[in-house]
Amino acid sequence: MKQTSLIDIISPVMVGPSSSHTAGAIRLGLLAKNIYHEVPDKVTFKLYNSFAQTGKGHGTDKGLLAGVLGLNVDDVRIKDIFNSDIAKSIKYEFQYLEDFNRHPNAVDFVFEGIRNMTVSGNSVGAGEIEITKIDEFSVNLTGKYNTLLLIYKDVPHMIARVTNSIHVNIASFHCDRYAKGQEASMCICLDGEVSQKVIDFLYMLEDVYMIRYIEKLGS
Amino acid sequence: MEKNISTFKELQEICEKTGKPIWEVIQIQEAELAETSIEELRVLVKRSLDAMKDSIKSGLKSKEMSISGMCGDDCDRLQKKFVSEQALFGKTFEKITTYALAVIEENLRMGKIAACPTAGSCAIVPSVLVGVSEDLEIPEEEQINALITAGAIGRIISNKVALAGAVAGCQAECGVASAMSAAALTQMRGGNISQILNAVALALKNLLGLTCDPVCGLVEIPCVKRNPFLAIHAVTASELALADVKSKIPLDEVVDALEQTGNLMSPMLKESSQAGLATTKTALKLKEKLFK
Repeated sequence: MKQTSLIDIISPVMVGPSSSHTAGAIRLGLLAKNIYHEVPDKVTFKLYNSFAQTGKGHGTDKGLLAGVLGLNVDDVRIKDIFNSDIAKSIKYEFQYLEDFNRHPNAVDFVFEGIRNMTVSGNSVGAGEIEITKIDEFSVNLTGKYNTLLLIYKDVPHMIARVTNSIHVNIASFHCDRYAKGQEASMCICLDGEVSQKVIDFLYMLEDVYMIRYIEKLGS
Repeated sequence: MEKNISTFKELQEICEKTGKPIWEVIQIQEAELAETSIEELRVLVKRSLDAMKDSIKSGLKSKEMSISGMCGDDCDRLQKKFVSEQALFGKTFEKITTYALAVIEENLRMGKIAACPTAGSCAIVPSVLVGVSEDLEIPEEEQINALITAGAIGRIISNKVALAGAVAGCQAECGVASAMSAAALTQMRGGNISQILNAVALALKNLLGLTCDPVCGLVEIPCVKRNPFLAIHAVTASELALADVKSKIPLDEVVDALEQTGNLMSPMLKESSQAGLATTKTALKLKEKLFK
């Protein structure tokens, strides 16, 4: 059974008006930014379904942008983010779409810059979120755990090589691949923290193309 | 590590066995579960309480409208009314209703609030807790105890029913907020454990079936006005419980009924804006105007 804490019930302290459409949007933006990890030249936000229909009235667009710019859920600058200087550092665009195969509160972040990347996620209620896809790979990130994300070549022993180097308990583990022997992804949610040394070591492993250490979001 | 208390029966038994009030049992357990100290836990609770008080202050001063332009100036209207003509039920009633409108309007203009338990129901607990504690001069530590009591109630209910309009309708958002407020208020007024749990049961029982049918899909109509209504509802529950009026149906069974009612409620009435107030002639006109 899901164990909610007392503090979860009486918070978060956030800017309104909606846990799913505002706070959830901000948290999705923050997590997507942490995954992309660079300063993008441009971000295109694709909002789907309920996010597209009621997003403007709930400040979902402002929340998504604010999150990508690193603002937290209780930052009062979010209300006027479009006119603020912080928003002038990047180019951005919003698209409002309908796709009933997607979650009611779904969004794609299309990052362009040193590297192009598309991050997709959903706001699943009460400010809780999930990132479900990075480019073509399915992932499962909720922002509740420190997470190691690796893109690597799909060859034998990769999982063992990676997990042998992490000396903290693994909360959940998710792999996906483009096709046999081609690019694959590994998403490891951790109970503790890993050091930069471990991350550097993993990056030096043969057949590892990309690594991200995504710290959990504050509440 | 102790198992999380998951029913009200369990909570009552532990309270009676240890002779401790709800807030004390819960703060020990929550600190253990979060691997933190009671002091640190109370700092987090105070953070939420402070945010509630700040949102009341800023809400009382503003009449800025929401992004949609549909709501935002009713708190101002109510304050003016109480200046020219007192409320029938006195000063505390005035405080609770104006504070509730202040906080929920602050929420819709993207101000800072504590989502307790959700953003759309964020004004009910603060209006009752802060309004009454000002009038009864309740010290801050006791306000924190009351907020822990309220949070404990919400947490145990959320074990069975997700506190989301999309899952169980407004009974699970504003409804639970009202039940939490009834608990906080009864705690502050010196109620015993049985009286606190009865206040919760009485509040919940009398709003079962409350749907979530927001006009234009926004947290505005009927959410804004529902907050002061259900804040006062909490006071009624607390008054009855303090007189030892008992809910004939035990609280855990009331929560079961809440869950079942939520499951049986049509998805059209659960935050999807496909029925109820959201599809009235006027609501559809508002929607057309807003989304053109």
